[in-house]
Amino acid sequence: MDYKTDKPIYLQIADFVCERVLQGIWKADERIPSVRELSVTLAVNPNTIVKSFEYLESKQIIFQKRGIGYFVESNGLQRIREMYKAEFFNEELPNLFKKMKWLDISMKELMSHYYN
Amino acid sequence: MINIQDLNFHYKANQPVYSGLNLELHKGNIYGLLGENGVGKTTLLKLISGLLFPTKGQCSTFDFEAKKRYPEMLEKIYFLPETYTLPKIKMSEYVKLYASFYPKFDHNKLAEYVNIFGLSNTKKLSEFSHGQQKKWLLSFGLATNTELLMMDEPTNGLDIPSKGLFRQLLAGAMDDQKTIIISTHQVRDLENLIDPIIILEYNQVLLNHSIDEISQKLKFVLRENQSQNALYTEPAMGGFWCVEPNSDSVESKVNIELLFNAAVNNKEFFLKLFIQK
Repeated sequence: MDYKTDKPIYLQIADFVCERVLQGIWKADERIPSVRELSVTLAVNPNTIVKSFEYLESKQIIFQKRGIGYFVESNGLQRIREMYKAEFFNEELPNLFKKMKWLDISMKELMSHYYN
Repeated sequence: MINIQDLNFHYKANQPVYSGLNLELHKGNIYGLLGENGVGKTTLLKLISGLLFPTKGQCSTFDFEAKKRYPEMLEKIYFLPETYTLPKIKMSEYVKLYASFYPKFDHNKLAEYVNIFGLSNTKKLSEFSHGQQKKWLLSFGLATNTELLMMDEPTNGLDIPSKGLFRQLLAGAMDDQKTIIISTHQVRDLENLIDPIIILEYNQVLLNHSIDEISQKLKFVLRENQSQNALYTEPAMGGFWCVEPNSDSVESKVNIELLFNAAVNNKEFFLKLFIQK
């Protein structure tokens, strides 16, 4: 890619939610903070939070219980892992390989760091 | 919620501020009202609240003709102007005098805001520093709990921690029955909160669209070199920020400052892209 962009805010918030789940802070079938709570914590327009939640719902990571709030799907963690894995292999790893080439770092050298 | 149709306004007969202005605002939004100095942002807020009268055309607020200044309309509006003079009384006396104009005034919230901003009732409002006066009016304004809240440069005069507090209080005060209009030059103070964005230009509206709609039509990219089709570029660390037509449907973060600069430098293009049907 010959250019960089920042992710739209609604996707940055989706990442924020996903990372909480990956870290085990928010667990399967547990309620996550409400639109209003997240809006205040992050100082972001409530409508943007709604869009993030709709996005996460469409990815089957969270679900809504009417009048109660949003919950983490029972296999939400697995879905996030799959999504992030794809992102890791498609975007982050090629970047890592590019840097390794620039800096003349061999696989062997990398492995030695991994096992340390 | 607010409907402006074919509105003309002038302060001096041969110097129109608006001729044929059309604008529609809907509830449940925090509008960011942007525009260069002197395009009439404050004038617009005053027309909406009935403080000024159109010379031709209509401005209706909650289905009331704004210039009629019906109490039923006024009790639903709080307007925090950019400049003000506060009376020689304490906060508690100010509340006694003015809170009764707002039927949904929330005294508990006011106490909370005053506490968060660290204001104390020992001094008279006129003896407060500029920043403290601003904190007081923001607290009072949010506590009025009106359906329409208009603020002209609300972050002017606030120190850095207070700007953060204000953002959180504003987010917490918002609900889908309310409309908030914030006129500002300090877009970084309120980034991620103002959406939709209105860009006002001499005599016309260049943009009145949600961040979502803007990011569908434009992309904001950092390139090593300035692109040919960029509407606006700005040197930055690592290259140039470019605002370009979003021909390949890239999802990028809308940078409001870049958006504004792109708009005022490409008025015709923006009108075609956003306003004209």
